[in-house]
Amino acid sequence: MPRTEGTYKAQSERAAGTTTGQRPAAKRQRTKMVAPPNDYLVPERDALLTPVLECRHLGIDFGGLHAVEDLNLMVGKTEIAGLIGPNGAGKTTVFNLLTKVYQPTRGTILLDGQDTAGMDTARVSREGIARTFQNIRLFDSLSVEDNVKIGLHNQVSCGMWSGIFRMPRYWLSEKEFHDKALELLDVFHMADNATDIAGSLPYGAQRRLEIVRALATNPKLLLLDEPAAGMNPVETEELMDNIVRVRDRFQIAVLLIEHDMDLVMGICEGIVVLNFGRLIAKGTPEEIQANPQVVEAYLGKQD
Amino acid sequence: MMERLKGLSTPSRDNLVTYALVFAAWAVMQSLASAHAISSSMVGLLVPITAYVSLAISLNLVVGISGELSLGHAGFMSVGAFTGLVVAQILAPSVASGPLRLLVSMLAAGGVAALAGLVVGVPVMRLQGDYLAIVTLAFGEIIKNLLNNLYVGFDGGLHLSMTNVASLGMSGGKVLINGPQGAVGIEKLSSFMAGMLLVLFTLLVVTNLVNSRSGRAIMAVRDNRIAAESVGIDTTKYRLMAFVVAAALAGMAGALYAMNFSSIVPKKFDFNTSILILVFVVLGGMGNIRGGIISAALLTVLPEKLRFIGDFRMLIYAVVLISVMLFSNNAQVRMTLDGIRTRLARKDDDEALADGERGGGAHA
Repeated sequence: MPRTEGTYKAQSERAAGTTTGQRPAAKRQRTKMVAPPNDYLVPERDALLTPVLECRHLGIDFGGLHAVEDLNLMVGKTEIAGLIGPNGAGKTTVFNLLTKVYQPTRGTILLDGQDTAGMDTARVSREGIARTFQNIRLFDSLSVEDNVKIGLHNQVSCGMWSGIFRMPRYWLSEKEFHDKALELLDVFHMADNATDIAGSLPYGAQRRLEIVRALATNPKLLLLDEPAAGMNPVETEELMDNIVRVRDRFQIAVLLIEHDMDLVMGICEGIVVLNFGRLIAKGTPEEIQANPQVVEAYLGKQD
Repeated sequence: MMERLKGLSTPSRDNLVTYALVFAAWAVMQSLASAHAISSSMVGLLVPITAYVSLAISLNLVVGISGELSLGHAGFMSVGAFTGLVVAQILAPSVASGPLRLLVSMLAAGGVAALAGLVVGVPVMRLQGDYLAIVTLAFGEIIKNLLNNLYVGFDGGLHLSMTNVASLGMSGGKVLINGPQGAVGIEKLSSFMAGMLLVLFTLLVVTNLVNSRSGRAIMAVRDNRIAAESVGIDTTKYRLMAFVVAAALAGMAGALYAMNFSSIVPKKFDFNTSILILVFVVLGGMGNIRGGIISAALLTVLPEKLRFIGDFRMLIYAVVLISVMLFSNNAQVRMTLDGIRTRLARKDDDEALADGERGGGAHA
């Protein structure tokens, strides 16, 4: 995959400590959304490419409860998309459907044009969906570097026998693991913490490490489940920069669940709103903010 | 470059200490034995100690590294033991060299035990936690009972039966395994040297596996199964890998163990033996390989050393177990130990600083 250097100089400056206090969204140009061959919107630059994710009539039942019902969704190849909705709307369930933690009762999920029916979680990861979790799930007893190396599991090959008997393959693979892990950690300025134990990291760093680990799987689509939960405004702003930087550098799509509206409205190009497992609105941040149904279901609570 | 090596070497440095410990123990025991400075009962214990140390290391791979509580380790030990005995007997006419025969029969024992591990592991790996523990216990008992009813004879060709000696249909030759009476007239091929080599081999396999791509995957599944799946790790494959490798190593240790005695019965490898090995692992600290080695060696010697107090020795054994558990979990003791460790680490850092090795601050 093309790994172009990030063009957001301002962001890297801020990450280096020169926080200006200004919202990055204010500087960012608004994305124009257009309809690809199907009737769902993606950013103009992605319109002619196969969407990285397409859900058609996706649904799952838990007993008699339709947790997700008739969900149609499309995410462009380099889009940053938001999935929002009130508590219990089924947002995380959608993530679990996409990553095959649950098998959908109805509907189709196309990943980069390929049907994912019958795949399991590990297979979907190999096909290019990476995710983070609402409640952080790191390999707590292992080092930061090992966490990333485990993310790189399917990117570097070395069999059991090569590992046990330290064949040349082992040394080559270990060097590759080490170099790639540090390169990825460097994206989030975490290379200095490589030998720390993941479970002992501060909360914000654990969230970042989870994203690094997800990126290590070389995904096409990155799912972030409430990445800003528990973060203060400064950390959230840094996270926004990081998400945009990751998208630009790795040229991947990001779909995120978030309750922090500053973050969602600040960086998402397309937003879908879920309520009671059903999609109630789709569009750009401006359209979503102006949508009376959304205001009623969700933003209306803010008065 | 220096920094990179330093970063990589943290687990290796830890392993080096373990290897050094094993070599030191080997040297000390070897010289004591050859100088006749230890009792004959102690000399007789040398091979069992090495077998138990190997078993503790291999069970640590399942319990500590893979995080699955297995209660049937003795089953794989017995599969290896009887395979090893049969192979050694079959080879007896053709291979004169004892050590070579031991090596081949241990390798065969490892292979067959691995196969048994695979057969048991495939259904067992569908389970987790307590359920897995109970099913491994059951499989351990099944293996014991199968071997209790196994009759093997050799008269140029191999004869197997599950009913009695008569049904073997032997023409002359020798009955190698006689059901519940086990194997008798075993040729003593095991030696302390072979035992120490097995310990080193087991240690090498386990530590190398742990510090490789496969080992990281095994530990990832242990730490967080859901996260491991989400990064594309086939969790069943890696849990099974740990289980089968441990079974193979247990089989080799079983063969070594069996060929140290003149006779051995399947009953020897019952649930109590599985628990004994588990006690070594738990007492040494789950996942702590060096701790497991030390506790296996000490706890094998302890009952022998306590023989002079007769029936009370198992009482003392239990008291020692309980006090070590309490002592090592005591907050005060832990704080003291941590304090010593930090002080030592600081000393190391100061020395490194003095040596001017502390470049880019990789450990800052």
